[in-house]
Amino acid sequence: MFAYLVRRLFLMLVTLFGISIVIFFLLRIVPGNIVDILFAAAGYVDPADKANLEKELGIDRPLVVQYWHWISGFLRGDFGYSYVSEKPALQEILPRIPITARLAGLALLFSASIGIPLGVISAVKQGTKLDYALRVVSLSGLSLPSFWLGLLILTASVAMFGQMPIFNPNPQTWLEAFATYAVPAAAVGFRSAALTMRIARSSMLEVLRQDYIRTARAKGASEAAVNYHHALKNAILPVITVIGIEAAFLIGGLIVTETVFNIPGVARYLVEAIRWRDYPIVQNLVMFIAVVVVFANFIVDMLYAVFDPRIRYTD
Amino acid sequence: MRSVWALAAMAALSVLTASTTTLAGEPKQGGILRMYHRDSPANASIHEGATYSLNIPFMPVFNNLVIYKQDVAQNSMDSIVPELAESWAWAGDNKTLTFKLRQGVKWHDGKPFTSADVKCTFDMLMGKAQQKFRQNPRKTWYDQVNDVSTNGDFEVSFNLKRPQPSLLALLASGYTPVYPCHVPPAEMRTHPIGTGPFKFVEFKANESIKLTRNPDYWRKGRPYLDGIEFTIIPNRSTAILAFIAGKFDMTFPTEVTIPLVKDVKSQAPNAICEIAPTNVATNIIVNSSSPPFDNVDIRRAMAMALDRKAFISIMFEGQGDVGGTMLPPPNGLWGMPKEMLETIPGYGPDVKANREEAKKLMQKAGYGPDKHLAVKVSTRNIPIYRDPAVILIDQLKNIYIDGEVDVVETANWFPKVARKDYMIGLNLTGNAVDDPDQSFYENYACGSERNYTNYCNKEIEKLFDVQSQETNVEKRKKLVWDIDKKLQEDVARPIIFHSRMGSCWQPYVKGITIMTNSSYNGYRYEDAWLDK
Repeated sequence: MFAYLVRRLFLMLVTLFGISIVIFFLLRIVPGNIVDILFAAAGYVDPADKANLEKELGIDRPLVVQYWHWISGFLRGDFGYSYVSEKPALQEILPRIPITARLAGLALLFSASIGIPLGVISAVKQGTKLDYALRVVSLSGLSLPSFWLGLLILTASVAMFGQMPIFNPNPQTWLEAFATYAVPAAAVGFRSAALTMRIARSSMLEVLRQDYIRTARAKGASEAAVNYHHALKNAILPVITVIGIEAAFLIGGLIVTETVFNIPGVARYLVEAIRWRDYPIVQNLVMFIAVVVVFANFIVDMLYAVFDPRIRYTD
Repeated sequence: MRSVWALAAMAALSVLTASTTTLAGEPKQGGILRMYHRDSPANASIHEGATYSLNIPFMPVFNNLVIYKQDVAQNSMDSIVPELAESWAWAGDNKTLTFKLRQGVKWHDGKPFTSADVKCTFDMLMGKAQQKFRQNPRKTWYDQVNDVSTNGDFEVSFNLKRPQPSLLALLASGYTPVYPCHVPPAEMRTHPIGTGPFKFVEFKANESIKLTRNPDYWRKGRPYLDGIEFTIIPNRSTAILAFIAGKFDMTFPTEVTIPLVKDVKSQAPNAICEIAPTNVATNIIVNSSSPPFDNVDIRRAMAMALDRKAFISIMFEGQGDVGGTMLPPPNGLWGMPKEMLETIPGYGPDVKANREEAKKLMQKAGYGPDKHLAVKVSTRNIPIYRDPAVILIDQLKNIYIDGEVDVVETANWFPKVARKDYMIGLNLTGNAVDDPDQSFYENYACGSERNYTNYCNKEIEKLFDVQSQETNVEKRKKLVWDIDKKLQEDVARPIIFHSRMGSCWQPYVKGITIMTNSSYNGYRYEDAWLDK
């Protein structure tokens, strides 16, 4: 197990190194740079001023030098300055991380707490009206884009209550905090919940057809014990996998949700930073996301072993 | 006895009502004006920007020497009032403009304001100072200024190469704040220091901009508001919904489209919405340096194929203006009269006849029903650019031109235009000041940085100078009309239409004036107050 862990950690570092190269060079392939955008905001381009500014920001240097400058700084904990705000990148990024983390965490919680029970119920009640109703709910969750759902929620709240669940940066009470995050988390988590529901249902159905379930029933185990003790425990692995993958994919949904609900989190900031070609921000943020995803995968793999005693990681 | 009491009560009530009515009309102190902002500006330095995304939040931080009166909707020479200058006078054959400056004014950091600040601001704008702006988009505004000299701490003179009465108009623009000498330009981008009614508090990119009342403002009793807060909401639907739900006191000015104004009025009937011209012209930039648009016949045919009213009715439900370079009357001060406008090829009311003429020109150039000309219409990836580009392509079909939209990201737009890597482009030109000196020199003078097509006609440029020196307004108007007509006939940058946009605010917001001939000059907000 220890050797496996060391190997996994080494592979993770290699992956992150690869990602850093891909991010850096992909960003440079995108036409236009921060200087072009700053001049676009000024409404003209002056070649001499442009060259001066490129020199000032250091983006006139060879790419390899620029990469080394960034990655060595990153490893030292020096994340550079935002080209746009001219403030330290860390100062710009750090306050936004908890906002997105809370939103993502709540969305995943929503996804798991709604998706798993409903998926199980749907499987247990297979072929009933309830099953069909739940399948319609999950299908609609997969079909509705989160930005559309978000706008629908906003429009409905304004039309029906004259209120709008817009981001409150300084919630005074738990209720206010919940109101700030719950609605956007539901908007973005609905798709994940639907997916989790689908996977939980099919996984449960597969397990419920297994011989050991029949054996358990034959031995007189109660329906609840069969479903939740014997079946769910074995059906949960694919669900965990999906939730793990969804954690990585969630960032895509969060970008639109943060935009629609005007939440100043990292996801929306990332898009803005790409629009401005604010290289230090984009590079460091994507690296941060990559680290989260790589570690999320690692944790999911570890959870396999916890939930399924048959899985043991050996070298 | 009972009737006596009743009479007394009625009298008391009427006195109370009368006094309440009077009080309701009088400005009240206090409150934060909450507004959404359409996007995150590049920085906080007005002198380095060219968009009112920057002017609107940061103009309240500053003062100019002079300014267009903030409660008069139409900017004109007659509405210019002193700010940091107490008075001004022309001398020396109208070649020296001297300002007597206000004394006792302090910068927001407590340092005193003097004539040295005025001198170093304009030295930087003219590129003569040691310290440089990173970008200097309005350098051409001061081409006629030889130098700025000071006489003591409270007098400053602009010495001109030749008379230029419009210099005062340019100085009155929201684009012309006075900067402090003691704060480097780089710092002004992140933490602007001014003398204005509101002090800068913070600017969180993509999040918010906050200003607070300047308690030491030189204009006593102003501002009324305790502060202004802008929440940056790039998603227009979300922003408008938030305004309707009462989260904001005001929309971002001149940003609500005509259909959206209707939407707002239906969902928030008490909201006050004003629709006004923005002095932003949607136009075509033509690359006349390479085929096929180096052929003047093709350029003219294209201009003659335009159905301007169709653009306005599709995009603005009929609320827009047809004109030349200068904003048409009655809101514009210098636009050609309708009768003159209609004598320009392509501006006649009979679109079908114009297009028949255009077809003949195309045939002369070798194109016809069997041989269409394929063109790319380049434009920025923003709806207000893309939508008219699509309509333009549809209209060009009528004269054997098959167009294709070439959508360009903002980052690449100006470099692409600068290296002439386009055939025609759909462009928007905002005029900060409704004055020919701003529009002609900035957009059409040889060598101007914002003359995107490098249109250069020395003969017309001589006329620019003639009109610029003319002090008789009526004479100047006629010269301006002739120049504008020539620019349109030359297809220098064919103007399609002048847009109008809406601004909305809650009924308790008072003291807001939307300028009708500029989108850059009316955001000092020292007269704004909340009747809450």
